[in-house]
Amino acid sequence: MSAAQAPAAIPSPRRITWTRRTRSLARFGREYARHRAGMWGLAVLLVSIALALAAPLFISARDLSAVTAPGSPRQAPSLHFPLGTDAYGRSMVAVTIWGARISLLVGLAATVMSMVIGSLVGLLAGHFRAWVATVLMRVTDWFLVLPTLVLAAALASVLHRGVGTVIIAIGVTAWPGTARLVRAQTLTVEARPYIERARALGAGDWHIIRRHVLPNVMPVILAQTTLTVSAAVLAEATLAFLGLSDPTRVSWGTTLQLAQQVGAVSAGDWWILLPPGLAIVLIALAFTLCGRSLEAIFNPRLAAGP
Amino acid sequence: MSLLEITDLTVTYPSASGPVLAVRGVDLAMDEGEKLGLAGESGCGKSTLALSLLRLLPRGARVAGTIRFDGEDILTMGWGRLRAVRWAAASIVFQGAMHALNPVRSVGDQVAEPILVHEKVPKAAPRRKVAELLEQVGLAPSTARAYPHQLSGGQRQRVMIAMALACSPRLIVADEPTSALDVMIQAQILRLVDRLVTDRGISLLLISHDLSVLTSACDRLAVMYAGRIVEEGPAGQVFSDPLHPYSSALAAAYPRIGDATARRNPQGLPGDPPDPSHLPEGCSFQPRCPVALGECVRTDPPLWPAGPARRAACVHVRDSCPGAAHG
Repeated sequence: MSAAQAPAAIPSPRRITWTRRTRSLARFGREYARHRAGMWGLAVLLVSIALALAAPLFISARDLSAVTAPGSPRQAPSLHFPLGTDAYGRSMVAVTIWGARISLLVGLAATVMSMVIGSLVGLLAGHFRAWVATVLMRVTDWFLVLPTLVLAAALASVLHRGVGTVIIAIGVTAWPGTARLVRAQTLTVEARPYIERARALGAGDWHIIRRHVLPNVMPVILAQTTLTVSAAVLAEATLAFLGLSDPTRVSWGTTLQLAQQVGAVSAGDWWILLPPGLAIVLIALAFTLCGRSLEAIFNPRLAAGP
Repeated sequence: MSLLEITDLTVTYPSASGPVLAVRGVDLAMDEGEKLGLAGESGCGKSTLALSLLRLLPRGARVAGTIRFDGEDILTMGWGRLRAVRWAAASIVFQGAMHALNPVRSVGDQVAEPILVHEKVPKAAPRRKVAELLEQVGLAPSTARAYPHQLSGGQRQRVMIAMALACSPRLIVADEPTSALDVMIQAQILRLVDRLVTDRGISLLLISHDLSVLTSACDRLAVMYAGRIVEEGPAGQVFSDPLHPYSSALAAAYPRIGDATARRNPQGLPGDPPDPSHLPEGCSFQPRCPVALGECVRTDPPLWPAGPARRAACVHVRDSCPGAAHG
């Protein structure tokens, strides 16, 4: 924060940009560390992501195969199997950890997809008004009134069965809410005098959208992203539970589906139902906590001054 | 040739109760380096006139007449050329600096914005220029890293002025640049604008409802009422010896230091400005005019010449000085 650094030796612009970036990143880190709930969410996420990535190191294909499962079906928790075994005799610990891989992958990828579509549609509809807005918002309304789950189910069953299909199915159905939200926010930002000022200084549409509207809409997009991740994780579990994803892949949804198929619910085999269910809740919660903290930081009006 | 030449400018806004005439046939010219003050109460069309100079009026506003900037007609020029003229040729200092700055971008970014828009330079290039500009308006170069909410009202207005200077324009339009500031800061800002504009030979169109502010800052003054210019002349003369009854009322509303009678007796002007969608018959000022005649209800007087470099739109002026008098 010293003002005297500029006139000395003249560093190259790239160097200046780089030091500024690292500095602002460090500042961001310090800011984030102040939000305790955000740190908890981040910790849960990091642990889950680390576990999901490292899973192949300590879980072998044999552990997850229905044929070569290490235990007998539906064993209650014991020393050897801390969370018991599922309907095939696989360790619930291994199944739950492995399930995080698909759930996180689908949740994140589908979210990115729906946020990109939703933000783009919302920004364009909010900025251009007239016929562009009319067309875009009619399409949005159309997607909005379609029952999301039914559309996703239809897509998942028509397209080639697999993880990619589930991502697309969730991605193309989850964006209309975001689009409407972003459009509403864009309209309020567009009414502000600094947009008029930007026009007065000769800025074009692209410049105004990117430099003025997007930074102001970003907190809304971020908050919406966290909610969408949670929703996407849930949607993935739902589709898998309905048997619309790849049944050979272990995910939290397929685990629950299997539990339901073999009657674990009525038999009261809680150890098969609770771990994937709680894992879904935990991940959704962690994303939401992180999102709240990010929102507080990215919105300078909520943040404390430097 | 004048730098800015406005001929018969008319701006109409559509509304539910029929078209609203915000500006009605304004003729105005400004020379290079001239400082012109535009006075008038709220709703008289001052800001509409200012925004029309860069074609910034909202969609739906109908503009007629011509606006020539350095010989080029602003109203008919192509979109690309217009974008180039905006800010690089004429820039605007907006009314509320609080709202004309984007709250989520740093001050430095925003001052650099016109430079990046108008000159194809790498992103980091304007840093030095920004620091220079901030220093010229009396701010520390480190202000560039601050966000608008961390600055005071006066500082924000200084940022707006720095931004207006960024592309070295030939004309700056300042639309009530001091309206939200207290009197001490107002004086500072006005002195700053005056110095910067005079040093660079930039023309200044200063818009305000405060006749005393305009008189101290400008060479020439134009008084607007209900979308028309009702009086025009050298700043000192319009303030001390107004010819139009409306200008008299405006001038009388400000007590003058050292003038005991004016201080004891500040004059108000009864009545409200006319509704621009239902203008009165004849002279638009006639319902509030203390010296209205019978013919004022029938005829709307044009601007008569009233002495050297003075014009006024009042029947009394025509009657009392058919060539030159008063001035």
